[in-house]
Amino acid sequence: MRRSAATPPRNHSIALTLRTIHVSIRSETNMKNEDSKIFKIWDISSLAPGPEGSYTTRIRSLDELLERDRLREEDGFPRKIRIGKLIKPGKGKQEKFVVVPTTVEEKFMHDRAPTPPEEEEPMGGTGDEAEGDILGEQPVRPEQGAGSGTAGHGGGEGHELESSAYDLGRILTERFNLPNLKEKGKKSSLSHYTYDLTDRNRGFGQILEKKQTLKRVIETNIALGNIDDVTNIDTTRLLIDPRDRIFRILSRELEYESQALVFFVRDYSGSMEGKASEVICSQHVLIYSWLLYQFARQVETRFVLHDNDAREVPDFYTYYNLRVAGGTRVAAAYKMVNDIVEQESLAKDYNIYVFHGTDGDDWDTNGEETIPELRRMLTYTNRVGITIAEHNAYGSRGATEVERYLKGSGLLDEKPEFLRMDVMGEDADETRIIDGIKRLIS
Amino acid sequence: MELIDQHTKSIMEGCKERARDAGLRFSDETLEYIVTNRDMLELHPKVMIPTLYDYWVHDVELLREKGKYELYPSNPYETVINTRPPISFYNDNNPDWLNVMIFYHVLAHIDFFQNNLYFRHTWEYDLTGKALADKRLIARLRSEHGRWVDYVIEFARAIDNLVGYFDGLSHLFRQDRPPFSKRLDYYFDVFLQEVKGVKTAEYVKEIERYNRCRREVGELCEESFFADVVAKNPEFEAFYLKGTREKKEERLDLLQFLMEHSEFLNQDENLWMKSVLEVIRSTSVYFQPQIRTKIMNEGWASYWHETLFLTDDRIKGHEVDFARVHSGVTCLHRVGLNPYAIGMRLFQQIEEGGDQGRLSLEYQRLADSHARKEFDRATGTGRDVIFAVRENLCDFTFINTYVDQDFVNRHNLFVVGKRLNAERTAWQYYVKSRKAEEYRGMLLESLYHPPRIEVDRAKGGGKTLYLNHLFEGKPLIPDFIANTMLGIEFLWGGPVKLETSEVASAPPREAGAPRGEGEAPKIHWRRHVYTMENRTLSKTLV
Repeated sequence: MRRSAATPPRNHSIALTLRTIHVSIRSETNMKNEDSKIFKIWDISSLAPGPEGSYTTRIRSLDELLERDRLREEDGFPRKIRIGKLIKPGKGKQEKFVVVPTTVEEKFMHDRAPTPPEEEEPMGGTGDEAEGDILGEQPVRPEQGAGSGTAGHGGGEGHELESSAYDLGRILTERFNLPNLKEKGKKSSLSHYTYDLTDRNRGFGQILEKKQTLKRVIETNIALGNIDDVTNIDTTRLLIDPRDRIFRILSRELEYESQALVFFVRDYSGSMEGKASEVICSQHVLIYSWLLYQFARQVETRFVLHDNDAREVPDFYTYYNLRVAGGTRVAAAYKMVNDIVEQESLAKDYNIYVFHGTDGDDWDTNGEETIPELRRMLTYTNRVGITIAEHNAYGSRGATEVERYLKGSGLLDEKPEFLRMDVMGEDADETRIIDGIKRLIS
Repeated sequence: MELIDQHTKSIMEGCKERARDAGLRFSDETLEYIVTNRDMLELHPKVMIPTLYDYWVHDVELLREKGKYELYPSNPYETVINTRPPISFYNDNNPDWLNVMIFYHVLAHIDFFQNNLYFRHTWEYDLTGKALADKRLIARLRSEHGRWVDYVIEFARAIDNLVGYFDGLSHLFRQDRPPFSKRLDYYFDVFLQEVKGVKTAEYVKEIERYNRCRREVGELCEESFFADVVAKNPEFEAFYLKGTREKKEERLDLLQFLMEHSEFLNQDENLWMKSVLEVIRSTSVYFQPQIRTKIMNEGWASYWHETLFLTDDRIKGHEVDFARVHSGVTCLHRVGLNPYAIGMRLFQQIEEGGDQGRLSLEYQRLADSHARKEFDRATGTGRDVIFAVRENLCDFTFINTYVDQDFVNRHNLFVVGKRLNAERTAWQYYVKSRKAEEYRGMLLESLYHPPRIEVDRAKGGGKTLYLNHLFEGKPLIPDFIANTMLGIEFLWGGPVKLETSEVASAPPREAGAPRGEGEAPKIHWRRHVYTMENRTLSKTLV
């Protein structure tokens, strides 16, 4: 996909926005130049002004395409653009993925002829084997981490996901109307400056400060003895010194940016094997992307896995791929998060988010250990979001331990601003997963 | 994008001379451009035609191509487009010897475009020029009607696979004067078969009678023949008149039908949409033969770059380099199909068969495998045969005629099946069959074949557009029906119905009961009618 140099973070000063608009205009001109390079031999009309230059003939960027898709809905036609991810599998930081739009041009086309459910359509081959010989086999479910193309497989780049994750976050926010964040603490950024009309200067400058100027004029005239009675000033007698005029001038300002620290906590006990893990990991990748966008990349991540005990792992790849077959104790993970925040005194500098994914099992059946840890956590976090991917085998919904003791504790009603829970089936699709994110963060 | 330099062009001209000497025929002028990988990506969604009209789906594809390229950078050696003059695109930095090979490949493609009869309708005009005019037209319309132009493009493209390509092609070869009179055609083709429903024996007897009549009376035979017909069937004349009146209407493809009969499109304020439809239709018709001759065209090009390269004196010392590139392109995959490989080997086998006189009844009737192996009449007509094949066949006839057991045996080909092994939860690939018949069937199955969908005016009854999907053993892709019909409803300006076949859910098998060996599950087909009205889709059973 096309990488633009910068995309406007929404919640910063006007000066910043102006700067980015400038950047995007520039990159658009670049594109036009490149285009015309290809077309120039063929397209004589590109030399002459004409309908060629009209806006709609030059749609290029993903944003414009998505905007067009939104208009489709207004015009009464279903949307057609989906956001897809292309993934090149690799280990650790090698894994790459890009966000691309996809669409299908629907036509009347033949489907495959119906085949028995255990057989797939035949294909060609060559070799010496006799009829009936087996050439090879392929597991029905691809190897974990092989990058089969779902969101959950894509994220393995540890702390520094590429700009595509940022793009993904932007799309999530805009396309799926995920909410914007309210900000908490800000920390001055050492590397970002902005230019604004903030300094004052006497004599010359860009914008006249009328009130300050008037004050100076009065002061000067009082000193000169032109004003006898301050309650009754005759302005026609006032002298105005050019140096009394006060202007605002452009100056360099240090920018204050808020930062986020996200704890991803995942149950990796034996029962999480398979779909439940995939759902949770998919959601966590999306949440990470969203935060990356919301905080204009000022996001740090920590990954905590737990079964009976909790452990911290260095990157998303490990976070996603590790699996064990132990029991489940949620409290261990929550305690670890609390300890990390306390020991490193993270609460004062960061907006802290904790997202926990589990299948709802907990040996601590009534949450006797977990609830106190959760209460402690809620004193410093911006949001704790708990996703329960229920196993289908459970039958009736709402039967998991975690859901039961969370509801029983009353915390969900007591602190809805800080604690959210969402329960979905382990076969939830991407729409449901995104819907879940909305519930966790709205 | 720039023209190749003079040095490279001189290599091309040298290739042209040698190719012509070998019998290939193509126009004198050709254009060759060096393009960057990026140019290739941008041209790709536009079927490599730089002047094709702008459309947002192309942009979506372009963004996807770029993403793909970011992860897996790769590019084709060349691309040729069928224009006047033919244009081909190359990556830069190819060594001269590689260019020799690629140029032969390209020249064979051009020869194919300009001599294969399925391309007959593209022989006389320059697509890039026409496309440029179309592009400007659409740009102008966009400036007047905004994004609605894109909706019309979208809806027209949704049915541009149903264009009457073969109908159009058949007109090109039609003689001005039919060899038989219309009356005679009607009598034998319609009256006897459909109206009277006579038995075959009787039908043949009538033909006999006509032939005898012709021998005896000559020029005047028709008069006397029909005198007898009318004596026997007094109603004939009336049927004939009625029949020919109804037949007058031409068979139009769906796009043509809409342009001609849609009240919505023919309203003054919507007339511009018809010109968009025309652009989409003619572009689609232009590209129809490409997709139907893929295996032949690539096989032909591979055959010639191999044949001509190896006899070219300019490449001495690069035989090994050539072998590496060539085998990469034309190897037979262990599992999977490679059109280059199959096509090239078929041409080679046909040539060999021609040289040995094997394309004859005498050889076909030989049952003894040893005798077949030894058979050689040394007729030496192989080249002539393959030139005729490249002129007259498309992928379907090519495969259907020439993929035989000899071919399958010679190259160790087989059909690969893929089945589920439940115990190991794995898909197993296995050798399903080595029979030519099944291999041919598998190849034919992989070919492009759009559904045949006709307008039934009688069932539509004026307001409704009634489409009839002729059943060919396959259902339509169900997910695509809604949006396609939405578009047709828009263009038609009223309700649209589609009659099609779908698989009825079969009664479930007893759990765990094994199916008998070789017993295929029975498929029950049902006719359904989809209705699109006011942008909502409904479905009923016929």
